[in-house]
Formats: sequence, C-alpha cells, structure tokens
Amino acid sequence: MSTRIKIDPVTRIEGHLAIEAVIDDGVVKEAKSAGTLFRGFEIILQGRDPRDANRLTQRICGVCPTSHATASALCIDDAFGLTDKISDNARLIRCLILGSNFLQSHILHFYHLAALDYVDAVSAIGELAPFVPRYEGDYRVSGEANAELVNHYVRALDIRRKCQEMLSIFGGKMPHSVGIVPGGVTEKPTEDKITNFLWRLNEIRDFVSNTYIPDVIAVAKAYGDYFEIGQGCKRLLAYGGFDLPTGKLFKSGVVSPDLQLQPFAEENITEDLKHSWYADSESGKSPAQSQTKPEPNKKRAYSFIKSPRYEGKVCELGPLARMVNNYVQADAKVKGLVDSLLGQLGAGVEGLFSVLGRHAARALESKFVADSMVDWLQALKPDEPTIVDNEIPETGEGAGLTEAPRGAVGHWMTIKDKKIDRYQVVTPTAWNASPKDDRDQPGAIEQAIIGTKVKDKDNPFELVRIVRAFDPCLACSVHLLDAKGSKSGVFRVV
Amino acid sequence: MKGRKVATKEYPVIWLQGAGCTGCSVSILNAVSPRIQNLLLDEVVPGHRLNLLFHATIMAGQGEPVIEVLKDTKKNRKGGYILVVEGAIATAESGAYGSIGEIDGKHVTVQQSVEELGKNALLAIALGTCSADGGIPAAQPNPTLCKGVKAVFDEKGIETPVVNVPGCPPHPEWFTGTISVILFSGAEALDLENLGRPKLFYGQLIHENCPRRADFDKGKFAKKLGEPGCLYQLGCKGHYTYADCPLRQWNNGVSWCVKAGSPCLGCVEPEFPDGTSPIYEKITFEDLK
Repeated sequence: MSTRIKIDPVTRIEGHLAIEAVIDDGVVKEAKSAGTLFRGFEIILQGRDPRDANRLTQRICGVCPTSHATASALCIDDAFGLTDKISDNARLIRCLILGSNFLQSHILHFYHLAALDYVDAVSAIGELAPFVPRYEGDYRVSGEANAELVNHYVRALDIRRKCQEMLSIFGGKMPHSVGIVPGGVTEKPTEDKITNFLWRLNEIRDFVSNTYIPDVIAVAKAYGDYFEIGQGCKRLLAYGGFDLPTGKLFKSGVVSPDLQLQPFAEENITEDLKHSWYADSESGKSPAQSQTKPEPNKKRAYSFIKSPRYEGKVCELGPLARMVNNYVQADAKVKGLVDSLLGQLGAGVEGLFSVLGRHAARALESKFVADSMVDWLQALKPDEPTIVDNEIPETGEGAGLTEAPRGAVGHWMTIKDKKIDRYQVVTPTAWNASPKDDRDQPGAIEQAIIGTKVKDKDNPFELVRIVRAFDPCLACSVHLLDAKGSKSGVFRVV
Repeated sequence: MKGRKVATKEYPVIWLQGAGCTGCSVSILNAVSPRIQNLLLDEVVPGHRLNLLFHATIMAGQGEPVIEVLKDTKKNRKGGYILVVEGAIATAESGAYGSIGEIDGKHVTVQQSVEELGKNALLAIALGTCSADGGIPAAQPNPTLCKGVKAVFDEKGIETPVVNVPGCPPHPEWFTGTISVILFSGAEALDLENLGRPKLFYGQLIHENCPRRADFDKGKFAKKLGEPGCLYQLGCKGHYTYADCPLRQWNNGVSWCVKAGSPCLGCVEPEFPDGTSPIYEKITFEDLK
C-alpha cells in the first residue's frame, strides 16, 4: 500500500519549500519538490535604471545577497562594455566580498540549518523552543561528543557573524552589501584594511580547519549509511566563479556520472515550463531570450520554479559540482583536499554523490576559498584604482554568470532607452529544486529522493536530510488554491 | 547583575516570514550585545527572557507539528506573545501568493496567519521595510499586492499595537533595542514617531550625523563613486532618511553604507524603493512631494 508524506513547511532552509513523497513498501516511488520562484522581481525590475539592479537583486536573498551583487555587476559590466576594464583591485575585492559570504553561508548551513538533523540539541540544552518539536528516534552521537557538537553550534553563530563583519570592511554592511558596483568597487584597499581583514580571516580559517571539517567527519562517521543515500542525478554543472586577475578559482564544466568532463557553454541552458506556472509559449528557451509570464492556473503545473536544463539534461549545482569540476580538471589543491578527506573516511570518489558527500564538499570548499583569500589579500595594490568611469548605454545586452554558495547563478539583462527592458535571474535552487521538465524528467532533488528507503514515515529523517544537504534557497513557498479550495499545487514568490 | 530572585517572565515569540528574503533574520543573527545565543537561551534582561516558539529558518521541527505550534499559541497564549513579521504580506488572490505551510491538508496563507496571530498578540513588530511598508515586493507594479502589517491590521480592524522596525535589512540593535524597551519597561514605554518607529533609533536624519556633513556644508561633493566628499550628487538619500546608521555603524561597528563610499539608499523609509530610486541619481526633498 502506498502512503503519501507531505512535509510543509520544510524548515531550516532559506525560505519555504514543500516536499511530497509517495512511499510504496517503505521506498519512495515519486517525489515532488514544490518550491517556487515568483515574487515578481523580474517584473519589478522592468523600466528601472540598469545600475539599480545591482542593489535590488541582492534583496532576492538575504543569505546570499553578495552572489546576486556579483552576478548583476558582471551582467551590467557586460552590457556597459566594461568587462575588460575592471581593475585587478576591483576583481580581488569583489572576490573577497563574495568569499566572505561563502564562508558565512556554509558555516550557517552546516551548523544552524543541517546539524539539528544529526545532533541531539535537546539532551544538551533541554526541552526548549526552537529545539522542540522535532523528529525523534535517530540521533546517533551521544554523550560528550554530542555536547561538543552543540557547543560548536553556539560557537559557529559567532564565527558566521564574524564572516559578515570581515565582509563589511570592503562591502560596507551585511546583509545587502554596497561595495560591489558596476565598474568595480567603492572601497580602497588601504594597508590597514588589508591587515584588519587578514586577521579576521585567520580566526575563521582556524575554525574551518580545526572545528568545521572535523565536525563533518565526526557526523560522517556516525551516519556512514548517508554516503549511499541521496545520490541524485550525478550530472554536475558549474558556470565557474571568482573572477581573479589570474583566472577563475572555480572552473566551469559539466561532469557526467562517469566523471567525464564536457566544456560548459552558456547557450546550452534552456528553461522548461511544462510543470511550472508559466506560459508554455516560453518553454525551452534560453534565459537570454525568455520572458516571465506567470499563469497560475495552468494545469499539470505544480511549481513556480522553472526547470533549467543543460542540453535538455538534469544537473546538480553547488559545492559538490564545483569541487568535482575542479577535481576532474586536476586542480592540485582541490584534489589534495578531497583525496585526504575520502581517505580518512574510507570512502571512494563515488561516495561524494550522497548526502554526506555534499556536506563534505561544502566544508572542503570553505577551506579552499578561505585559504585562497589570503593570496587575494596579498595581491591587492593600495595605490591603484578600484573603479572605472561608466555611462548607461542607450541600448545593450549583458550576461553575468558566477557561483553562489548554493551553486551557479546567472543574470541576463537587456537595456532599451537607458532602462531595463528585460531581466532574468536563474538561481541554483531553480536547478536543484526544479519540478519535472518537458520530458517529465524529475529535478535534481526529486531524483535524490526517489528510491530512498524511509524507516519511519512519522519521522522521515531521510527525506529532510537529503533535501537540506542541497542547501535550498527559496523565499516563501506559495500555495495555489483552485476554485473548490482544494490544492492545485505549490509555488513561491522570489 | 544581582537582584531580588523572582520568577523569570517569559515572552513567547512567533516569527513569521512573508514575501521577503530572510535578510532581516540574518541581520538579527549578527547582533553583538546581546548576541543571538543570548536572545535564544538567556534572560535578555534580568528576570525576562524570550521564548522563540516559531521561526522557520532555525527551528528544529518541520511539517504539520510546527504549524500546530501556531494554532496552540493563538489559542492558549492569547494576549501574551509577541508577533514578529518579516517580509511583506501578499494580499492578491486572498493571500494565495504566500503560504507558511499546511495543516489538515489545507494551506495556511501568510495573510491569514498574520491576521489571526496578530489579533491575539500582545503586540506586533513589523521587522524590516517589507513588513513595515511593503518594501521591494510592493514596488511598482506590485505584482502580488504586497502590504505591510499595519495596513493589513487596519483593513481588518485589528487593534493590536504595531511597532515598525524598518530597514533593508534593519540593524540588529534596532530590534534588540526595541525588545529591551519592552522587557525593561513594557511595550507602552516605546516612544514612537509618526511612522510608528521607535524614536530611539529613527529620531534623527542620517544627514544630521553624517561624517561627510562637513563636506556638504563646504560644497565639496563627490562626482564619481569612490571619491571623497559628500555623496548628495551621487544619489545619497541621507537628507530625508531617519536612522542612526552614522552613529551606530554596522556589523559590530566595522562600517556602513556612506563610510564604504556608497550613497544612503533610504532603505528605512516607506518610499523605498520607488521613491528613493534611481539609486545613483540626486532626488531632492521636493521631488518626493
């Protein structure tokens, strides 16, 4: 007999998401990730000063605003013809701002969003909200080791805060920084700022190396079966990101399930709409050409998330995709980090395609980014410029592709009469949490859930652990009601 | 601090998220004194503590059991809890554009939750500009008919007092400071200005306390971003924005918008963002009238 499990809301993610799973003989047969993507941001941006997109699109997400600041700045630079003129200082400072927020976001994700699925906070803190109510029955770390993880939950609150304080040296404030602007950055890299940044960074690097990574290993040792749970589509996509004067820190590429690399080309991205509440006439188009036309009463649809696909294929984005991309492209640092961790855990590369693989990739990526930031600081030149003059063109087109903590993000813009004519944003969660596409292929999270054994349907730990390992970033899931008041689906407003 | 031993007074808190970005929550996570762990676990002021019953980004539970918490609070803690709302309230299609979860197979909209929980709350804190005034989701053409808490309460005749703590996002101390007044002296002690914001934080113009004020007085204006001088010609909205950013600064005093060379966006004002943009163009006080 089949049972339907609905988890709504899925908490401890950015925003709201609903997950539905049909379980037959204890195994998930069907899954629906009913997240959303429609606050109307793209519609609100139409007709505005193109430079304002850089401030406004950050407000898509308060957890990763700097990714949108970066993507929109690259997009505007492109449309304004500035891409080749951005100074080395500006590139480095933009990367330091983005890197600082990668660190805060990854630390926040592991300790404050994901850890409560593995760590027994109640035994250390007591029966206290917001640590109750919760799922019961599968907390495997006990005694001192558990108490230590709970202590680190509290300490990590300070460390992630300090990441944002570090970011503010060049970014002005967080969330919603002001330092990254079209043409460069507003702050100058004076020696005192560089040193101030460095010592804040050193404290965070110490935490990542000596607390965060060991904690992920401790959890992995207690929950070893999660190296096999939640494998997903195994096709990994990265646009590449962190545009340094020496090239990109994260390489772009598409890695197939047998770890073969294919070069990434932007024109292979299309967005399917069959199961999304948008007009079918726009389905299958490139984001550089499509329009956002909501159709909330469309039959078959169950999400306001579109279904981005690469050559029509489902892809997973995020730290796992980036680390594996750099790994197969023989990045020595990444290879060293990944091989050393897998060795400690006695897992093979195939173990990365899992719940624990995603947590491990995120932790290692934190170290990779944090250590690289030291080099970027040293490359800054206090006397050299950080911004170039710019003017809004009469007409123009731009694309800004980069990496956010949760995966690749892209902004596309068209300018007409010096105003925004069209703006499109494709977020990493649109890929990961997408509904089925025009060929009825389930999205990445849906695929990771399908086939999972659920031990206790009243406490379906497996499902929430899989979903949270992707670190989904939604704002608020929105549910459509049909005329009779019964559910016709779920969508959300970005 | 030593004092007479009395029973701890507890203030249950329900924190709802509507059409927003979670940036207000992230900003509160950046609080320094008290820190977020103090807000969650300790007596924030001696003898008084918060009890955060519901917050979707940090609570352990999920699914129907956490929606039960809302039902239980509304019924059994009438008049005794603080409602914090982050994000705007989408009111188009009877609130169908914003839901916080599902119970008994039915969706619970943000609008319905704000109204029902608002009715029985001790007071509501509209945290952030979206919640106070609609903010970016309510910007033209306002596709989902977003509104702030006070506007929704007024339409439904809900008389629960609303404290507006705007900002995109708000400074963490504007929130912890508001909580401190409530815990120390009672909600009635909050001294609010005409837009419902505590005068303690929103009493003076950015322009009055700006470190670049001397440049303005001397007529020394920056012509390009990154230059020294007053940012008025580059679109700074500090001359009609009421907030204490220049004095308090952001992120543990590290910096703030103008210090980093960026014009003030006017993000605490009800006109944000339509009345405060283009962001990098000069808008005079007269333009607003």
